[in-house]
Amino acid sequence: MMYPNINPLVLFFASIFTSNILLTNFLGMCSFISISKDLKSSNGLGIAVTLVMTITTALNWILEKYVITPLDIGYLRYIIYIIVIAAIVQVLEMIIDRVSPNLYMVLGIFLPLITVNCAILGVALFMQLRNYSFIQSVFFGLGSGIGWWLAIVLLAAIRKKTENAPVPAPLKGVGVTLITIGIMAMAFIGFAGMINVR
Amino acid sequence: MSEFKKILKNNFWFENPVFVQILGICSTLAVTNNLRNTLIMTIGVTLVTALSNLTISAMRNLIPRKVRMITQVLVISFYVIMFDIVLRAYVPDVSKALGPYVGLIITNCIIMGRAEAFAQGNKPLISFWDGFTAGLGYMFVLVVVAFFRELMGFGTILGFQVLPNSFPKWTIMVMPPSAFFVLASFIWIVRGIQIKKDVSQSSGGENK
Repeated sequence: MMYPNINPLVLFFASIFTSNILLTNFLGMCSFISISKDLKSSNGLGIAVTLVMTITTALNWILEKYVITPLDIGYLRYIIYIIVIAAIVQVLEMIIDRVSPNLYMVLGIFLPLITVNCAILGVALFMQLRNYSFIQSVFFGLGSGIGWWLAIVLLAAIRKKTENAPVPAPLKGVGVTLITIGIMAMAFIGFAGMINVR
Repeated sequence: MSEFKKILKNNFWFENPVFVQILGICSTLAVTNNLRNTLIMTIGVTLVTALSNLTISAMRNLIPRKVRMITQVLVISFYVIMFDIVLRAYVPDVSKALGPYVGLIITNCIIMGRAEAFAQGNKPLISFWDGFTAGLGYMFVLVVVAFFRELMGFGTILGFQVLPNSFPKWTIMVMPPSAFFVLASFIWIVRGIQIKKDVSQSSGGENK
């Protein structure tokens, strides 16, 4: 099996800026729009997503290499990935609860939301499809998580500022939020010249 | 019978999950620059929602509350895998173009939402109908978005040349940000109509 020849660090920055999982692949939109009303929760969710994404990508890579490929059970891939994600979220919830109740107060309510966050499963599927090596996968997972975190915190901050702006009634709420995200996505396209992957 | 009609109306227009809460667009929005891919994706979502609603509703009394979520996810993944296999067998080029997005139907919030909100407490047949109409409402919105993106971005509809070559193609329509703009404009129009109707209805009520 040949791995693509990309420096993991380049991949890391590319997945934050040029191919942001949210702004170019639209993954994780549901929680993105509903949570970004509040800056503090956005930050908490961003941290939780980054953490879970990095761990699950690494674990899924190991499973892909040592279980799914040798046994030739590619058709069970989706189920295996989603179970890994659900299990990691559950275990993480218990560990954080034990080790740091303070952190649990911040992250606790967000962890169950993450199981159905499309971005986590999406990163695992992209990792498999693009055939990354282990190191590349970890950096890709970490970078995508940070990219998601950055995007949701940015949007939450913008929404806070524009909360009282006069917007046509039918466009209030989701409509104007979508347009804001669109403009953000356009701004992120500006990074495209900096790093080239693929 | 009227209940079926009411569910259809609500899921399609009044409480369409995409207009009200922007639920479930993650898995499909990325492929809306091509009408054919969008159609196939949304057909998949509709079938999966309908069938998983039917299944979950049929076994709703057998599932302990604590493992409810994971059971739902497993049922949904089962149907998604079936859909993926069918696509791979009959339309391999589309399956390739959709890439990981077929698998992402599993985490589509609409499917989980309908299972949790409707199938959990209703009889199988009506749950099937609820899932089916929710899927149709979803399909309606995304197909409209895809129609405009493909028309303006490539000048084609379903791959057939529609606009003359002299029409300047809008590159932005092919790129990700336009999905947000087109969807936002569409929601703007629909909400406008809904609000107008609400206002005329409530003022009509006062006159009486």
